[in-house]
Amino acid sequence: MHLILFIVFAGFCLAGAINLLLQSHPINSALSLIVVMTSLAVLYLLLGAEFLAIAQVIVYAGAIMVLFTFVVMLLNAGREERTLGSRSARKVGFPAVVAILGVIATVILRAQGLGVAGLRDGITSTEELSRVLFHELLLPFEVTSVLILIAILGAVALASHGDTDSHGNRDPYGNPERTAGK
Amino acid sequence: MILWFVLWSALKVAVVTVVMLLGVAYTVLLERKLVGRIQNRWGPSRVGPFGLLQTLVDGAKLFLKEDLIPTGVYRPLYLLAPIIALGCALISIGVVPFGEPNVGPGRLDLFEISNVNIGLLVILGITSIGVYGIALAGWSSNNKYSLLGALRSSAQLISYELALGLSLVGVVLRAGSLNLRVIVEQQATRGILTWNLFGGMQFVAFFIYLMAAYAETNRSPFDLPEAESELTGGYHTEYSSMKFAMFFMAEYANMITVGCVATLLFLGGWTSFFGDLIPPPENVFIHAFLPIFWFVLKVLCFLFLFVWVRGTLPRFRYDQLMNFGWRILMPLAILNIVGTSLWLAYR
Repeated sequence: MHLILFIVFAGFCLAGAINLLLQSHPINSALSLIVVMTSLAVLYLLLGAEFLAIAQVIVYAGAIMVLFTFVVMLLNAGREERTLGSRSARKVGFPAVVAILGVIATVILRAQGLGVAGLRDGITSTEELSRVLFHELLLPFEVTSVLILIAILGAVALASHGDTDSHGNRDPYGNPERTAGK
Repeated sequence: MILWFVLWSALKVAVVTVVMLLGVAYTVLLERKLVGRIQNRWGPSRVGPFGLLQTLVDGAKLFLKEDLIPTGVYRPLYLLAPIIALGCALISIGVVPFGEPNVGPGRLDLFEISNVNIGLLVILGITSIGVYGIALAGWSSNNKYSLLGALRSSAQLISYELALGLSLVGVVLRAGSLNLRVIVEQQATRGILTWNLFGGMQFVAFFIYLMAAYAETNRSPFDLPEAESELTGGYHTEYSSMKFAMFFMAEYANMITVGCVATLLFLGGWTSFFGDLIPPPENVFIHAFLPIFWFVLKVLCFLFLFVWVRGTLPRFRYDQLMNFGWRILMPLAILNIVGTSLWLAYR
């Protein structure tokens, strides 16, 4: 049963990824990416990491990809023209990809003692997860959150410079923060 | 064994879907009746006794109408969008427990389709996927009103999802679990006194949840994505017949789901007002179905509140909506988390 589910959703994942590259319309590519994300979530679930699975759905499929489609809709990005690609990309790019994949594959195949990831019913509980996240890995967790805070502050700082047009009017739709108090 | 499990699950899914769709139909009628009374008129009263058959007739009318597809639309997504909207609205009821676990012969889990360990997060996740239904509908319609509605809706849902999620953290902290059954059982002991709303001191969280839920379901006073006076119909302007009906049903199904979640998290779910102060009934049948009665009663109170608010409050302006979400609800939700954590730590 687990193996069937794994094969089905791994297939979905690969098909979505290939479709993402082949589609010429940005919104179709974005939707294929959502398929990839949600099938990945099912694969996590098969490995017993249910919190990771649903976080994948909420964060990636539900929030980040909504922003992607939002931008595509807002800019009304049209169909992209299919080019044959640059010559240097063909000459260097494809061999480089093959070489890198080959190196990664050999390293993974050679490496011993990586442990076995079994498809199973066992589920990591919320309590177990929070103990790992907030006790054992507290420092990396806090460092990551500070990093995200810095990124947000940077985004706000960047955006607050360029939002006045030549008449000094502010864009009422751009950022809800700045239309306050008017 | 696995076949038996699949058959049993399919049966539960079928029953719950039928009940849910009937619930949607009669929520529409409830709304029309109540808004009618609020506006000092009768509401639908001609079809059937008290107008009870009105929604079924409306459904038949929508089903038989011509299915127009405008020429300028992007067809695949135009057809996909209502399916996503209704699908997501109906799926999330799958993790909602309606009654006590393990009742009846063979200790079957009669009143819940699937007892998921992270039920609360599953509901949030499916809600967040549901945004695509609206966003894609607006974009693929190739109509400026639809596009504006979809953009408003995406921005609104992203903003209020944050406050919604954070408001539930207090409840999760108290229960120590994301399983909806555990959350209910933790509030069940003394009835109304141990509900999260009163005994759990989560009334701030309840207020935030309620506001965010109105915004998430695109209900008045947060119905800017389909503001009739500005956007003609918002994201579903170009939809007709059954496809429009699917969006309509999705909205009401979402209302029911939101009511169910609020009942489970803040009002003690299927348990009675009195908790274990009165002994459980002797009769096995009543014992099994009394919880359903309490559950439905609480959800109905929520639906009544939804309609009441719609009938009495004017619509927000867009900047008011964003200010309210980010400047009031978000900080309040974070303060609530801090307060609840401190209370739990030093109790």
